[in-house]
Amino acid sequence: MTQAPIKITPQLVKEHGLKPDEYDRFVKLIGREPTITELGIVSAMWNEHCSYKSSKKWLKTLPTTGKRVIQGPGENAGVIDIGDGDAIVFKMESHNHPSFIEPYQGSATGVGGILRDVFTMGARPIAALNALRFGAPEHPRTRHLVSGVVAGIGGYGNSFGVPTVGGEVNFHPRYNGNILVNAMAVGLARTDGIFYSKATGVGLPVVYLGAKTGRDGIHGATMASAEFDDKAEEKRPTVQVGDPFTEKCLLEACLELMASGAVIAIQDMGAAGLTCSAVEMGAKGDLGIDLDLDKVPCREEGMTAYEMMLSESQERMLMVLRPEKEKEAEAIFRKWGLDFAIVGYTTDTLRFRISHQGELKADLPIKELGDQAPEYDRPWTEPAQPAFIDPDTIPTPNDLKPAILKILGSPDMCSRRWVWEQYDHLIQSNTAQIPGGDAAVVRIAGKKAIAVTTDVTPRYVEADPFEGGKQAVAECWRNLTSVGAEPIALTDNLNFGNPERPEIMGQFVKAIAGIREACLALNFPVVSGNVSLYNETNGQAILPTPAIGGVGLLPDLSVMATIAFKAAGDSIVLIGGHGSHIGQSIYLREILGREEGAPPPVDLGRERRHGDFVRKIIRARKVTAVHDISDGGLAQCLAEMALASGTLGAEIALDAHAPHIALFAEDQARYVVTCTAEGARALVEEAWDAGIAAEQIGEVAAAGGLIVWPGASISHEELRNAHEGWFPGFMGVNPA
Amino acid sequence: MISAVIVFPGINRETDMMQALEATTGTKPVAVWHAETELPPVDLVVVPGGFSYGDYLRCGAIAARSPIMNDVRAKAARGLKILGVCNGFQILTEAGLLPGALIRNAGLRFVCRQVKLRVENTRTFFTNRLNQGDVVRCPIAHGEGNYVCDEETLSSLEGEGRVVFRYVEGNPNGATNDIAGIVNKTGNVIGMMPHPENMIEPLHGATDCRPLFESLLAA
Repeated sequence: MTQAPIKITPQLVKEHGLKPDEYDRFVKLIGREPTITELGIVSAMWNEHCSYKSSKKWLKTLPTTGKRVIQGPGENAGVIDIGDGDAIVFKMESHNHPSFIEPYQGSATGVGGILRDVFTMGARPIAALNALRFGAPEHPRTRHLVSGVVAGIGGYGNSFGVPTVGGEVNFHPRYNGNILVNAMAVGLARTDGIFYSKATGVGLPVVYLGAKTGRDGIHGATMASAEFDDKAEEKRPTVQVGDPFTEKCLLEACLELMASGAVIAIQDMGAAGLTCSAVEMGAKGDLGIDLDLDKVPCREEGMTAYEMMLSESQERMLMVLRPEKEKEAEAIFRKWGLDFAIVGYTTDTLRFRISHQGELKADLPIKELGDQAPEYDRPWTEPAQPAFIDPDTIPTPNDLKPAILKILGSPDMCSRRWVWEQYDHLIQSNTAQIPGGDAAVVRIAGKKAIAVTTDVTPRYVEADPFEGGKQAVAECWRNLTSVGAEPIALTDNLNFGNPERPEIMGQFVKAIAGIREACLALNFPVVSGNVSLYNETNGQAILPTPAIGGVGLLPDLSVMATIAFKAAGDSIVLIGGHGSHIGQSIYLREILGREEGAPPPVDLGRERRHGDFVRKIIRARKVTAVHDISDGGLAQCLAEMALASGTLGAEIALDAHAPHIALFAEDQARYVVTCTAEGARALVEEAWDAGIAAEQIGEVAAAGGLIVWPGASISHEELRNAHEGWFPGFMGVNPA
Repeated sequence: MISAVIVFPGINRETDMMQALEATTGTKPVAVWHAETELPPVDLVVVPGGFSYGDYLRCGAIAARSPIMNDVRAKAARGLKILGVCNGFQILTEAGLLPGALIRNAGLRFVCRQVKLRVENTRTFFTNRLNQGDVVRCPIAHGEGNYVCDEETLSSLEGEGRVVFRYVEGNPNGATNDIAGIVNKTGNVIGMMPHPENMIEPLHGATDCRPLFESLLAA
């Protein structure tokens, strides 16, 4: 071993994000002082982003199996079986820190990374979603960040050719210094055509494919595992630059190569690039890997081993190929104009050996790099229990109309059209429900389709992490149900603050416990996910945001439900009864300026019963429209149903005692459905027979708008102006 | 009616187009790789949408110089019917087969939404099943669909009835005279920004663009 030219000092160790005891652990593991390349490698493998060292203990408690689960967490993405030999491959991942520093490239490469995770497994991406959280609208950076992030997501996804069909956008001051960009990708594969990262066979070529390696993104994963301060801007050079054109070519080349039978193992180069991908392939297959960095295609001259091993240049793949297919494989990659280089071989030494310019730059035990990463049981404190807010203490407003319109036009509740019109949501010709409904629906083949959505209500999780964790899963499940789909499995993207603070760790622990409970009760396992910690700036943590991305199966598109009212005279039926929980509601925040109280509790038994009933009546074609009740309550729900119809409205009657509670309470497990006037009575009776509160609250009116007895009459135009006006106004849109 | 769909690296709506052609004309189109130098014997060549070469340099510029485009130009000159959609339209202008250019949308953002198109010329191979003045719903999905040309070209386009489609009830990209699609002087090359291939079955929300494809059978 050549003497390391750079002395490893405590300062250097610190700059690599390793704690002194973690470094000591590493020195003990290898029995000597590491080289600088080795220090770089271990910093990449043992940071929070790659090792899950703070979260692993808790992630293990989540249910990850089910009769449709083919692959749970631990691979590039989760895989579920949707019948007929079809499999859905999906995952959600964060790109928070890079997107805050450089919103366009940060979000674009977030999309690129998650698409790669999906097609690495042999699936063609068929849908993309994104869950975005920005700071307060009035914060000076917010508009710039919204503009850049949305353009970046569109810029990458549109060019790559995947329909971006859904997602979320929220604003809150707690994201002022730390936005969240969570990107989800969904792919379609054959159940017998799934590819994994586990290498098998000694002496086989390790092949580098795709784009060239540059100096971009060095230490990206380490950055993602640190808090921000006011100098965050200085980290701009660590943000990678995306090239969706190369990724599109890489997709086509990879799928073609997979079909040729040449691929034994494949791993995309994501966080910590060559390091993580090579270690993953070797360690999983109980093999060593020898890499010769002189063979790595480089974009820049004079790159060191350290830089090559830590580069996060995008659009790159590592594969182990069948030697006899090497020529065929190379021809496919050349056809697509991509680099193809044999950069190493699998060995039986269980060592990860890196040579460069005739020198051995690293020689590490491959399995221990992953297995022996530190794992922490961080101290945590029980979150305080928020107080229930008695609805009787909330005075009835003199006029309901301005309250309804203010909520409908508020930053969190208004139409997201400005956002999703920048995403090509139609490409591939299979989009059966575009953004704006409860869940997006994408056709698979014939009548079969999948439903997809992302959900979480961060203010609920902040107030009560356990109930909030449950609610995120329940709402996702409910949104899939609302279109008529059977929820199958989910991916989670757990965004939290600094886990070294016991109160943040408490949020994490309790939110996971809530997610777990909901997954079990709703038979909705976790098949993939990502943890993003240290989302803090100057000690201010984000709202805890465990985003849940769900996939459901719709066997017959002809019974798909949508939120739009269909015909005047249809009866409007409330399933699940009127609400009474006003704590943490949008009404309390937007109208009374209070962010307080306990969020609505989630009764999972009730959730399941109500959802199963709604799915049943959808599939029996007994309803004409369905929308779940969530943020903003019944009023928001009805307004959205009216707006989606284009011209129709709702006329409803409420208890005069507290119409504001009925309109704005956010109690869970509730839906509004419409049905023909003749069918209403039977539908309500059927619900009661199933033990579910249901009542007809009004009917669909030909004169659009929203008429609430007593107290409010709002025209369609007023609803539309309020709902559609805020976002373009905020972004300062010029016409056309 | 046999058609060929040209595939450049970065093109991504070729499958949508091939499925639409097959569903409406009953014949599966042939995919032709850009590096080919000769077109197969076909009645129609479609240059589909997408981001050929990532739209780097200038949208359509690199694809317009692909080997296959020499044969496309040669056969277009002999009357072969050519349809360019979205990036395909951009490529045809870059290849000199259609006049004018497509520049950044006036709003500077990519726009994917349903628009309305008025059919202005029903004498073309893609509109002969429609009536003059018919309005069809059709989605757009582009960032550079703002049609521009010099005064002389514009007056010739308008004067000779060569504007095939015009945006009505709103111009989504700032295109000159609301132009959404045009045809060349000899009537065999059409370019349009909207995506009729995404509006042909109930799943798409409407089937307004089916008659466009059905026109191919009569042509």
